[in-house]
Amino acid sequence: MPNFLTRRTLFAASALLAAPATLRAQTTARLLIIGGGFGGASAASFARRHYPDVQVTLVEANQRFVTCPYGNLLLAGERQINQISHSYDGLRSRGVRVIHDRAMGIDPPAKRVRLQGGETLAYDRLILSPGIAIRWGAIEGYDQAAAEVMPHAWIPGDGTQTLMLRRQLEAMPDGGVVGLAIPANPFRCPPGPYERISMIAHYLKKHKPRSKILALDAKEAFSKQGLFQDGWRALYGNMIEWVPANRDGRVVKVDPRERVLETEFGTRHKVDVANVIPPQSAAAIAVESGLANDSGWVPVNTRSFEARAAQGIHVIGDANIPGPMPKSGYIAYSTAKQAVASALGGLRGEAPPEAVYFNTCYSHVGADYGISIVGIFRPNADGTAIAEVPNSGGVSPRGDLPEQRRLEAIYADAWYESITKSMFG
Amino acid sequence: MLRVLFLGFGLCALGGGANAQAPSTAAAILAEACFGCHGPNGQGATGGAAIAGRDKAELAAALLAFRSNERTGTIMGRIARGYSDPEIAAIADHIARLR
Repeated sequence: MPNFLTRRTLFAASALLAAPATLRAQTTARLLIIGGGFGGASAASFARRHYPDVQVTLVEANQRFVTCPYGNLLLAGERQINQISHSYDGLRSRGVRVIHDRAMGIDPPAKRVRLQGGETLAYDRLILSPGIAIRWGAIEGYDQAAAEVMPHAWIPGDGTQTLMLRRQLEAMPDGGVVGLAIPANPFRCPPGPYERISMIAHYLKKHKPRSKILALDAKEAFSKQGLFQDGWRALYGNMIEWVPANRDGRVVKVDPRERVLETEFGTRHKVDVANVIPPQSAAAIAVESGLANDSGWVPVNTRSFEARAAQGIHVIGDANIPGPMPKSGYIAYSTAKQAVASALGGLRGEAPPEAVYFNTCYSHVGADYGISIVGIFRPNADGTAIAEVPNSGGVSPRGDLPEQRRLEAIYADAWYESITKSMFG
Repeated sequence: MLRVLFLGFGLCALGGGANAQAPSTAAAILAEACFGCHGPNGQGATGGAAIAGRDKAELAAALLAFRSNERTGTIMGRIARGYSDPEIAAIADHIARLR
């Protein structure tokens, strides 16, 4: 019986065994993908389309994938949960074996993964796209029970958290205060909290115009800041108060019973609805398998996405440390292709192809009001770093540009439709 | 549709460096960046222009014009400035072949 370890000792053991990978008699390579979000679904789709002779298996706990992107539009009342939920049937019809289960442990020397349901899966190459975990307790008092009162709505899961926050906003009386706690870098979706503020304001302005939003931030600057703040002033007047870290914005403690967010200097902010976006790390399987370093995230080779701690295990999506690249759906979608080509090319002794990684993140600030950030990134030759291409990318221009904002809101919707169909269609 | 065949270990030369198929894989991956907004395989989306199967020279010229700011857009200039001439040519060639 294989000895499945989920700790660092496993890699020490694997070094001792040091059995070189031998060519198996079979002619079909087996690609195993753990996690069916932006990274994992993109990898599965790309592998089936471009390596049709490879057997692709995807392990994902949830029956449907509820996207983080456009969850903020659900909070605004502009989308329903079914519009941001995606079935795995499209991937099945492409020939992906989809297993709804949870990966519990990896055995790298034996190239096997053990599932919670009891099944053991063998692989030739493994892609891990496990997403993030919440660092419970990093904010004092913010544990799983607190999240039932003060939702994070940052890991959608089956949609429960996002829907809970929406219901709380609906139930709040006019004149109430919505409080947000926003983490320091790095975290999933850098512009996400600020789009969330915008979309909550969009809802409140229409339905509860005397209400306020108090955004308590552990940072002093944020993604697309000038553009967001221009939009907030133009669309929502004084509804939004953003408090940076150096003005006592860092939330260090919560009191779910009193709905209080407490900051560094001991200021207790009592709010009517509290959305705590907590500090995060790579998902449990990456941390418990010893792939993450002390930062809580997984260092990877920037050309192949192999984990530094384990050759042959490619880690993509928000779980890795991608240099200057944001933890975004588009980066997961983009880097998934490089990971697949590296993993399957590696079986044939090929070096990873020349790589360019691509990101666009749109944010909705209000009705017909979209903004964006673009980043194009390249790894260096030895896979130790990534740099943004000079003089490329960047954010939308500032200024009174209603046509630009209107078009970018349309293109944001086009992005959502396109990327989800590309992954799941 | 471009397909990179993977024929199993027995048929593949192991340990070789560059492989004849690698450039095609690279072009396919480059072009994938477009499909996150222009629809699966560039087939278009609501609000996202279809690009699949358009003339290769026209596609390359559009990207180069965005890159040099001769053609204004909301976002394509910022994107095109991330790519080299050969990459733009490879992307245009790949997308022109899609149906």
